[in-house]
Amino acid sequence: MSFLRVRDLTVTFTRPGQAPVRAVDGVTFDVGSGQSVGIVGESGSGKSVTSLAVMRLLPARNVQVTGSIELGDQDLLALSARQMRDVRGRDVAMIFQDPMTSLNPVLTVGRQLVEVIVRHDGRSVAEARRDAQALLERVGIPDPARRLREYPHQLSGGMRQRVMIAIAVACRPRLLIADEPTTALDVTIQAQILDLLRDLVEESGSALVMITHDLGVVAGLCERVHVMYSGRIVESAPATGLFARPAHPYTDGLLRSIPRIDDEERGMLHTIRGSVRDVVAWEHGCAFQPRCDHAVESCLGGPPPVHDLTGAPGHRVRCPRPVHPATPATGTGRSEGSA
Amino acid sequence: MSLLQVRDLKVHFPIRSGTLFTRQHGSVKAVDGVDLDVPAGTTFGLVGESGCGKSTLARAIMRLVEPTAGSITLDGRDLLGLSERRLRPVRRDFQMVFQDPMASLDPRQNVESLLTEPLRAHRIPGGSVEHARRIRTLLEVVGLPATALERYPHEFSGGQRQRIGIARALVLNPKLVVADEPVSALDVSVQAQVINLLKELQETFSLTYLVIAHDLAVVRHISDTVAVMYLGQIIEQAPATALYRAPTHPYTKALMGAVPVPDPAVEASRTRILLRGDLPSPANPPSGCRFHTRCPWRQATRCADERPALRTLAPGHQVACHFAEEIAAGRIPPSTTAVSSAAAAPAAASSAAEPPS
Repeated sequence: MSFLRVRDLTVTFTRPGQAPVRAVDGVTFDVGSGQSVGIVGESGSGKSVTSLAVMRLLPARNVQVTGSIELGDQDLLALSARQMRDVRGRDVAMIFQDPMTSLNPVLTVGRQLVEVIVRHDGRSVAEARRDAQALLERVGIPDPARRLREYPHQLSGGMRQRVMIAIAVACRPRLLIADEPTTALDVTIQAQILDLLRDLVEESGSALVMITHDLGVVAGLCERVHVMYSGRIVESAPATGLFARPAHPYTDGLLRSIPRIDDEERGMLHTIRGSVRDVVAWEHGCAFQPRCDHAVESCLGGPPPVHDLTGAPGHRVRCPRPVHPATPATGTGRSEGSA
Repeated sequence: MSLLQVRDLKVHFPIRSGTLFTRQHGSVKAVDGVDLDVPAGTTFGLVGESGCGKSTLARAIMRLVEPTAGSITLDGRDLLGLSERRLRPVRRDFQMVFQDPMASLDPRQNVESLLTEPLRAHRIPGGSVEHARRIRTLLEVVGLPATALERYPHEFSGGQRQRIGIARALVLNPKLVVADEPVSALDVSVQAQVINLLKELQETFSLTYLVIAHDLAVVRHISDTVAVMYLGQIIEQAPATALYRAPTHPYTKALMGAVPVPDPAVEASRTRILLRGDLPSPANPPSGCRFHTRCPWRQATRCADERPALRTLAPGHQVACHFAEEIAAGRIPPSTTAVSSAAAAPAAASSAAEPPS
C-alpha cells in the first residue's frame, strides 16, 4: 500500500476576467514508504504546483484544487487548515529551492529549528535546543552551537540549505518533498547536499519526492521517475527503464539533447524544436504535438490515453506512438537524427 | 598567434569603510594573475563555481570593469593602453552575449531598433537601406522570422530572446565573442538549440569564442581548450578532451566528479570526491595553494605555504599543483573521509573522481 496516493489532481488558476489556467491536469502517482520518486519537468510543466498542492500551500483565492491526495490514512484535501498545520512538519516536510527566501531573516537559525521541534514533538525549549544542535551536527554544519545563534544571512548558500534540511527532518517526517533543492547551488555543494539527502532518507526510512529539471540529479537519487509536460505526467517508469529506453518522444528528445560530461561527441546536439510555449490544450490532443517529430494527424484528435509499455513492467507512457530506439540510449545513439 | 592574449591580469575591488573619511582595508582579489591565449577560430571555455572570478575576468576583457594590472591584447592591439574614446571604434571587434537576455535587451526597443543601434553607433556605412538588408539576413541566420523586427523582447520566448542577444552581438561582425553563461537561463529543451546555433555561427563567420559557464558538460561539448578557475586563478588548463579524460588538479577532479550524469547505471557505479566546506572568502584567500583548505590530497609540506605556479605537464596541459604527478600516479591517496560512493563497490582511489569514459 502506498504511503502517498495522488489521484487525478487538477489545479486551476482562475483570474477574474481571464481564461482559467490549468497548471496541473489530472496528475496521478503513488509514493511507497521509503521510496524515492523524481518528478521531472521544465518551467511551466506543473511540477512545483503539484508539490505545493500536496503540501496545501497554494493560496485559497482564485485557485481550484480537485482530485484527491491521501497521505497514510488521511485525506489531505479534506483537512481543516488547523489539522493541516499538524501534518506539515510532522508527517510531510518540504525543502525549497532558495533557502534565503524560505528561512525567516529576522529569527536565528536556532529559534526556527526549535520552533518546529516544540510545536510537533511537544518538548521543552531546553530539550529542543539540544536536539537542534545535534541536528545541525548531523547535517554537517561545523560548530553547531555557534551557528544556532546566527541569522540566515550569516551562512553560505550550502549552509543555509543544510539548515532547511535540518528543519525539514527535525520531526522525522515520513515524506520529504524537495523542490529543486540544489538548483541555486554550485556543483560541488550540490554533490554534498544530494549525498546528505541520500544518507538521511536511507537512515530514517522516509519517502522522498524530488522535484527537479535536472535529469542527472534524478538518475543518481530516485527509484521511480515521472516526467511532466504542460501539466500532465507523460511518462512514468523505474529510473533504470526510463533512462535506458525512454518511450515518450519528449523524454527521448530531452535525454538526447543534453550534453553529457562523459561524452566526447562534439557534433551538433539533437534538438527539440520550438519552446515550451508552443502547446496544444490537452483536451484537443497531445500538448507536445507541435514540437514532436513522431506526431501524426491523430495526435490532435483528443487527449492521448496512458498505456503500459509491453515487456516493461511499471513503464507507462501517454503517447500512442512511443519511441523504441534500436539500441539502449547510453550515449551512442544521441548524435543521430531522430528516428 | 593568438587572437586574444591576456597576461597577468588582475582585478582587485577595494573594501572601504566609513562615509566621510573612507579607509581602504584590503581588497577582494576577484581575478589575481590570469594568463590566457585564445587562438583565432577556436573556442576557449572557462569554468568554475560562483565567486571564482570567471565573470569578472570576462567583464575585464570587455573592459566593462577596469583591470588593476596586466595586459590584454586583441589581434595585436593593446586594449588597456587605449582611452575610453580611442577604445570605442575597436569595440566592434569584441562583443558580448549575456546570460539573461531579458535583462540585457532594452524592453522598450523593438528588435529592429535593437539590432540597428550598434550599426548607427559605430557609423557603419551603408545607410538605412543597407542596414535593413543586413539585419534581415542576420535574423535569418540566427533563426528568427522577419516578422520579429517590429516586435519587442517580452513577446519572445527565452530561447528566441537569446537569439536576439546573439544577433545583436554579431551585427558588427566581431572577431571575438565573449559569452557569459549563454544558455544557463534557458530551459533544458532549448539549450541544445542555442548551443548548436553558436557552433553554426562560429563556422559561418569564423568567430573566436570565450565561453564562461558553470555547466561542465556544456563547456566540454563546445570548447577546444578549457581552463578551470578557483578563487581568482586558473588552476588547470588543457585541451577539452585531455582535461575531461584525465583531470589532474584535485579541484578539477572534485568538480567533474560532482556533475550528475543522466544515467542511473553510471551514477550507481561512480565514486566521487566530496569537498569539505565552502569557498573561502576571496578577500582573504588561503595562503600557499588557495585550494589547500579543502583539498583531500593536501600534504603536510608546501601546500599551505608555497603558492604553486601553473606548470606544463604535457603539451598544452598546465596545472597548478605541487603534487600533480604523484596524485596522477596514485602515489598519494585522498583522505578517506572525502570519498563517497553511491554503490557498494569501491573504485580504486586514484581513479576516484574521474568521470567514466
